Amino acid sequence: MSTNAEPLSDRNRLSARIAARWHAFLDGDVFHSFKRSPTTIVALVVTVIFFIAALFAPWLAPHETSNVASLNLMDAFKPPVWQQGGDPNFLLGTDDQGRGVLSSIMFGLRISLLVGFASVLLAAVFGTVLGLISGYLGGRLDSFIMRIADIQLTFPAILIALLIDGIVGAALPADVAKNMKIYVLILAIAASLWVNFARTVRGSTMVERNKEYVQAARVIGVHPAMIMLRHVLVNVTGPVLVIATLSLAIAILTEATLSFLGVGVPVTNPSLGTLIRIGNDFLFSGEWWMSIFPGVALVILVLAVNLLGDWLRDALNPKLR
Amino acid sequence: MIAFIIRRLLQAVLVMLVVALVSFSLFQFVGDPINNMVGQESTVEQRNALRERLGLNDPIPIQFARWVGNAVQGEFGISYRIGEPVGQLLMERLPATIELVALSAVFALLGGVPMGVYTGLKPRSWLSQVFLTVSLMGISLPTFLIGILMILIFGVWLGWLPTFGRNGVVELGPWSTSFLTVKGWASIVMPAFTLALFQLTLIMRLVRAEMLEVLRTDYIKFARARGLSKRAINFGHALKNTLVPVITIIGLQIGTLLAFSIITETVFQWPGMGLLIIQAIQFVDIPIMAAYLVLIAFFFVLINLTVDLIYYAVDPRLRVDRSSSAH
Repeated sequence: MSTNAEPLSDRNRLSARIAARWHAFLDGDVFHSFKRSPTTIVALVVTVIFFIAALFAPWLAPHETSNVASLNLMDAFKPPVWQQGGDPNFLLGTDDQGRGVLSSIMFGLRISLLVGFASVLLAAVFGTVLGLISGYLGGRLDSFIMRIADIQLTFPAILIALLIDGIVGAALPADVAKNMKIYVLILAIAASLWVNFARTVRGSTMVERNKEYVQAARVIGVHPAMIMLRHVLVNVTGPVLVIATLSLAIAILTEATLSFLGVGVPVTNPSLGTLIRIGNDFLFSGEWWMSIFPGVALVILVLAVNLLGDWLRDALNPKLR
Repeated sequence: MIAFIIRRLLQAVLVMLVVALVSFSLFQFVGDPINNMVGQESTVEQRNALRERLGLNDPIPIQFARWVGNAVQGEFGISYRIGEPVGQLLMERLPATIELVALSAVFALLGGVPMGVYTGLKPRSWLSQVFLTVSLMGISLPTFLIGILMILIFGVWLGWLPTFGRNGVVELGPWSTSFLTVKGWASIVMPAFTLALFQLTLIMRLVRAEMLEVLRTDYIKFARARGLSKRAINFGHALKNTLVPVITIIGLQIGTLLAFSIITETVFQWPGMGLLIIQAIQFVDIPIMAAYLVLIAFFFVLINLTVDLIYYAVDPRLRVDRSSSAH
């Protein structure tokens, strides 16, 4: 028993520390500004609902969409439930194969969010590392990295993503390209986003580099890589978090746009953009719900994430408090 | 000044060379082009002769130099999918894209500047609130959704405008234009407005912010104290001073319009360069992709160079900033 007491008290101490952190957070400025902004609360609730819908789509979605055997062509082209001919089984109507639009949206959200998160994560890691190196070491490497960033910034992000997607797709053999499509897409979107991270982190790093605690660490002989990771990095997490949130909105939109153009995710795993593209073919015959509802979902999601990012930027900025 | 221009020009040339290298290296990935050109029963000697004639046995740097030399003259090879010279295909599509971009730039300006001035002068009026709400929509709706909504409302439900294609085109020598027939106008209005909406809201917000800023300054107060007419103050003093940043933004946004025309052209099946490149990417049509890459990079480098030089000429403060940051 006595051997168990040690880790148990450790765990107790840990949970006590987490509880203390939690209370500090509840009393802190960030949570205070969150409580006072109804828009942000709504945005957070909406975002969480979308995340839950995406994460638990296999259990929450009213219908199966990927299994062709479960589809019934008799259900095809049903309008939303409040229109004449609507079916209470399919709240938002059905597509040409008899798939429920609501279920398609929930499964499509998974792909959209997956690509969005993966590409932002990749861009954040890559951009932060380059920004740290650039800002801390300076010199020729710094001007080289920043010159590339400058040049890339003169092109719109969507164009960069589109061209990288096209170039990598063309460079890979056809059968490989088909399987790797989603990774190529993530890479392309990440490549269009890294610059913002690198520039911001570089700026903050240059400020931190000249502060006394960093100089002290340097004097006692801490390795530069260690200083960057243990001392500088923790002090630039705020801006990185803000950019990551705003980039998530951009990444989701970029993915949707590329998928709409037909160069994004494959049709076998439709994202919101793919759904809009498929629904677009039926727009002229008046079946508007197939493209408009996924579009509305996309806009609401992007708007909510953007509002969260805007709030985070203001809340973490001490000058605005 | 001359040193700055030379440095900028060198940078522009360097960017173009890098883009050309990327475009050229695309061709290295698609396998041996000879296989597509000769029949099954061709001998090794025949293949080698063809290879020698096409210059494929030369070292890569020489092939690259030759490719750049051809590209400068507008020779980009023959499209794999369509089987026509790429330079000619691009030239055929160029007027459609240029007209679309130009008309939406005009829309964005004619809509954005007056709306921005109005919301800046009367921030509390209900019309300003309407403008601002609409502009929030313009910023949060992605371009392709705006296009779909416009098609649904004006094409399908109301039936006022054609929903796709470029109709009523008049040929003027090498150029083809939509601006001479009613049909042409009817088909260009919707895509151009779709493309313009985001820029319109951007310009409106920029002009509004600048107006609010300028109207607070002392020289405006002084102009009021002098008893100048409202009109003279608002337009002669205030608006004039907001225009420098607006002009720069517009210059840079023309590049963005060019990029986003890819999306608009796909939504409206507008036969411009954007539709061409999307189809090229889908079918891995490398000559077109390479040519488009070079062409779009050239446009962007040109626009940025021009804007930088104008900036430099207009704003003397920048000269000080640049020279101090370089050290």
